[in-house]
Amino acid sequence: MGVTEPLLLAVVVATALAFDFTNGFHDTGNAMATSIATRALKPKAAVILSASLNMAGAFLSLTVAATIATGIVDSGVVTLAVVLAGLAGGIVWNLITWLFGLPSSSSHALIGGVVGAVLAAAGTEGVLWSGLTSKVLIPALVAPVVAILVGTIATWLVARITRDVPQDTNDKAFRWGQIGSASLVSLAHGTNDAQKSMGIILLALIAGGAVPADSGVPFWVIVSCALAMALGTYMGGWRVIRTLGKGLVELESRQGMAAETSSAAVILLSSHFGYSLSTTHVATGSILGSGVGMKGASVRWSVAGRMFAAWLITVPSAAIVGAVFYWIDTVIGGVAGSYTVFGLLIVIAFLIYLWSRRKPINSKNVNDNLGPRTGLRGVHRRVRLRAPSRGDEGQAQAPEKGAEAPPPPAAGGGGPDRERGSRGGGPRTGDYS
Amino acid sequence: MTQFVEWDALANILVFGILVGAGLPTLFAVGVRLLAGHGAADAEGHVSRPRLVGAYVCFGLVVLAILGAVAYIAAGGH
Repeated sequence: MGVTEPLLLAVVVATALAFDFTNGFHDTGNAMATSIATRALKPKAAVILSASLNMAGAFLSLTVAATIATGIVDSGVVTLAVVLAGLAGGIVWNLITWLFGLPSSSSHALIGGVVGAVLAAAGTEGVLWSGLTSKVLIPALVAPVVAILVGTIATWLVARITRDVPQDTNDKAFRWGQIGSASLVSLAHGTNDAQKSMGIILLALIAGGAVPADSGVPFWVIVSCALAMALGTYMGGWRVIRTLGKGLVELESRQGMAAETSSAAVILLSSHFGYSLSTTHVATGSILGSGVGMKGASVRWSVAGRMFAAWLITVPSAAIVGAVFYWIDTVIGGVAGSYTVFGLLIVIAFLIYLWSRRKPINSKNVNDNLGPRTGLRGVHRRVRLRAPSRGDEGQAQAPEKGAEAPPPPAAGGGGPDRERGSRGGGPRTGDYS
Repeated sequence: MTQFVEWDALANILVFGILVGAGLPTLFAVGVRLLAGHGAADAEGHVSRPRLVGAYVCFGLVVLAILGAVAYIAAGGH
């Protein structure tokens, strides 16, 4: 069985690995944001731990199916070109949401991209709309509700039971619990999500005639998927980590531990009962719940609202990108079309990266208070303005309000540190994501 | 609406999610309280044996649950 179009196949595999990579760095925050925010782990240590566990999780997976968006699109219309355009749509949406520091589900981005490509390829009949509704759209609404409930109950109980334990003892003890539960989320993520990329690559290999249809996953696919995801996780999607750890709720260790345990429980149980909920939606919901359940903690529902909105538009947005890529692919035609898609993807990724460099967020400033100097454009600044005198944070930042107009960091307390963090030292690639 | 939501699975996730997701942090919190709560230590700072045993039973159960979850993930249960 000869390989048809080996170069096209290579392009698809490379794109799948690139998606796996964005999946890794987009989702680091789901597991590690709370541990970083409560300083249970140093930022770098957290991403190294998470990356190792994601890698281990990828090797743990035993059953990989050569499928993509099963039950959501008609599998008969899924060609290599559709897979490529779908992956490209997923990657672009992952990068855009990362740029704005919005946690959004990588699986939904991928499904959206594929749905768009299928729409462009086969029209509305190629999409199984009831599958799309019941497996993707409704779970996106349900997951945060379930997680908020569980996280709220967990946090309320923990806070109540430990209310007469000295704060520093609580912090010390619950940090360990936090690290344990966050590790579990990382491991489950590695198993679940790396498996998806392996399935896509296997599908491409079969479609391209590189392996027989009944083939298992070649070992190099397992290794490369595990590495791509671990590398992505290590890069740490600092923007998303920041939003999850600092943007929604001011967290302490007890809340972090309760939230991560709720996340781990809901994620594992949902796959067990065959009703998969997105890790991102669950993790975000649990963190919100940890704010609801904690007396005196406030939840920034406006930030949460924007996240929910982003989740609702994830599928349609990624679908539009996927459809456009598919359209470009077919208009140019043949292998050249696929190369064009791949080239465009690289250009877009590079542009988004350059854009992100204007206000880098990295392991050094990930825990800074959400203020105008380091804040994410738009999303957080508006929140800050709306609630300028929120307890300790408001006081700490009050003197800096004047520096809000000029975007570059004024000479302020944290200024020099941040400069060092963003311009020199350390492996550059490791610091920006 | 019913054909779009798997209510049974959802109810299971919610019930067991609360049991496990809130139960384990609660156990952990009870352990911490036994060791360091109000009146845990006497004047010399010693914690009584029943409190110690109780605390380590709590932590032990939590560790067991985590190991069980890892085994579950490894067995490809999801």
